[in-house]
Amino acid sequence: MVIIQKINKFLLFTIFFLTIRIGFSQEENELTPKITGNFETILQSYQIDTLIGISSEQLPDEKILSNSFLTLNYTFGKFSAGVKYEAYLNALQGYDNRYNGHGISGRFASYISDEIEITAGNFYEQFGNGLILRSFEERALGIDNSIDGMRVKYKPFSGIKLTGIIGKQRYYWEHGSGIVKGLDCEISLNQTIKKLSNKKIKILLGGGIVSKYQKNSDPVYNFPENVSAFSGRLNVSRNGFVLSSEFAYKINDPSSDNGLIFKDGNATFLNASWSKKGIGILISALRLDNMSFRSDRTASLNDLNINYLPAITKNHSYFLTSMYPFSTQANGQIGLNTEIFYTFKKNSFLGGKYGTNVNINFSVVNAIQKTKIIINPNADILNLDGYTSNPYAIGDENYYKDLNLEINKKLNKSLKFSLVYVYEDYNKYIIQGKDSSLHADIFVFDFSVKLSSKYAVRFESEYLTTNKNSQNEPVDFGNWIAGLIEFTYSPHWFITITDQYNTGNSKHDSAHYYNFFAGYTKGANRIQVGYGRQREGILCVGGICRNVPAASGFNLTLSSSF
Amino acid sequence: MKLSKQKKLQLRNNGLKTIFSFAFLIFLTSLSFSQTTNGDIPSVDIKTINNEVYNTSEINNEGPIFLSFWATWCKPCIQELSAINENYSDWQEETGFKVIAVSIDDTRSSARVAPFINGKAWEFEILLDENSMFKRAMNINNVPHSFILDKNKKIVWQHSSFSPGDENEIYEILKKLKDGNYSEDK
Repeated sequence: MVIIQKINKFLLFTIFFLTIRIGFSQEENELTPKITGNFETILQSYQIDTLIGISSEQLPDEKILSNSFLTLNYTFGKFSAGVKYEAYLNALQGYDNRYNGHGISGRFASYISDEIEITAGNFYEQFGNGLILRSFEERALGIDNSIDGMRVKYKPFSGIKLTGIIGKQRYYWEHGSGIVKGLDCEISLNQTIKKLSNKKIKILLGGGIVSKYQKNSDPVYNFPENVSAFSGRLNVSRNGFVLSSEFAYKINDPSSDNGLIFKDGNATFLNASWSKKGIGILISALRLDNMSFRSDRTASLNDLNINYLPAITKNHSYFLTSMYPFSTQANGQIGLNTEIFYTFKKNSFLGGKYGTNVNINFSVVNAIQKTKIIINPNADILNLDGYTSNPYAIGDENYYKDLNLEINKKLNKSLKFSLVYVYEDYNKYIIQGKDSSLHADIFVFDFSVKLSSKYAVRFESEYLTTNKNSQNEPVDFGNWIAGLIEFTYSPHWFITITDQYNTGNSKHDSAHYYNFFAGYTKGANRIQVGYGRQREGILCVGGICRNVPAASGFNLTLSSSF
Repeated sequence: MKLSKQKKLQLRNNGLKTIFSFAFLIFLTSLSFSQTTNGDIPSVDIKTINNEVYNTSEINNEGPIFLSFWATWCKPCIQELSAINENYSDWQEETGFKVIAVSIDDTRSSARVAPFINGKAWEFEILLDENSMFKRAMNINNVPHSFILDKNKKIVWQHSSFSPGDENEIYEILKKLKDGNYSEDK
């Protein structure tokens, strides 16, 4: 008790002292404490809608579910602190119900100077491309694997940056059982070596190590308690040419993801682009072999991922083009993505008065070559690697393939359109764990008219068709058509009406997945109300996906930044 | 008096707490002087288009800055930047402003950004915020989200979402900033 009283006295004294100091400093150099933050809440009501398969049993017990987020950040000179509050009362359908509840989901304090940055509490961090470490937040997917612990960033010389982290990952309202430690170093040769400072060629080197510790209490298996992953990277750029490369390696890490095999994992990620005004070319390649890396060997879904394995295929933005999205296969995939961006010049034959913008993209992702190891129980040492893989070979099975063509054209001061065609092969069994492969052709026409300096209207019409199976029935849900009309009144108002309709589907009744939205935005505050049906499907951001159940009802979104 | 193990531990923890809060507060009070202000831009390490480390406190311009958060997969973001690009050289001449377009594409698509902007023939300054660190520090919920900063890097205007025609409002504010008669509460 005595100690506590002492602390209180001390606190009062220092706060008093501090206030005086702040008062003075304000006059002298305008350094004032500042509080900023952001807020977002989403409410959704649920109702029976038998046509899209929602009977009373499928309904949640609650009439309304909601997800809310509030972040407050305090900064004062080089010091900052923040707190994050989340409320899932209860979590929206499609989000893990382990989120149900409310409370402080993260807090941090940090000191940032030119040379050093120290953070205690929850933080987000990424080493290189994220192949061995990325903690991040993606609210739309219900992902927050922030690390709760300590981070130090140190820049001893110009062009050298060291980052060290230690902590445990957020796991809904708790922490994962594993401890994550990491160290990363990034060197810009142009900044560190004087001779190179004026050279056009820019060279960056980087490397990192991440180690996780999780106690093994399994009575049968002798799981490694410490698992490390390493990565090295090299980035070179000159004029319009940019090359980035990273190679990552992971030591034996048996987990429920890889079927408890002891094989080491590795990843290779290459990006090369060349561009100048009016033209851009990109080639990306990614090979993954047993690269799932979580701070708990039994975790699944999107839980406790330490690393991030990007899908290199194109991220689609329309309703029907994003119906069959690819998601990264951590256990093994080899993929290639190529893309061309081109603008036909103004006043040329194909360019017209305003120029014509074209984008062509092709990507293909296959399995890696695998040779299964057959365990010989009589051998002295059991080989538990599961398989071997030749890194220079490509597996036979195709996971995903798509070709995208997009033309953007402005006709005159008020008319603009986009035309999109997508050819897509989708291995539904591998990516979603059900049904067989399918092929889809998708067409989009997007047309917008500026009616005045404030009013505008935009139309989208989309069509998706799938191939037929041996019984001459369309695969999966068959064909879809979709449409959108959006009115906007700058800078505040919008109204959107959308519909997606499943045609040519013999399995069940077709339904209109209509939606109506209206919204008002003022500055950084936004309110949006909606009513309609949500299609059952898969929602992906950055190659990570979650399943979304069918839903019907009203929704309300409020967001604000301050 | 003999203390139990638990009690001892508790006292030790309290002791540690005191030391920490002491150090912390001393440190806080020592901050007040000898600092230059950085406007409303927090200090965050992100990347240039050539993958070099870039600290956001380096963001600078003699005139106003239009700071726009966008992504290659975000349609309205591209609409907004296209609308500004159409008038960029004229408005730049008139108001002395510049555009800094911060892409929040993660490593799935951040390598697309350079060929994408060149393919569109945009001439903005581009930064890569691959893990949304800068986005988070600026309290952004969703993209597009744009700010206008005056020459002292104070936020004078911000807006989330984009509708065709918003570029006119942006232009008006830039002009007023140039003439020195912009007030936030209009």
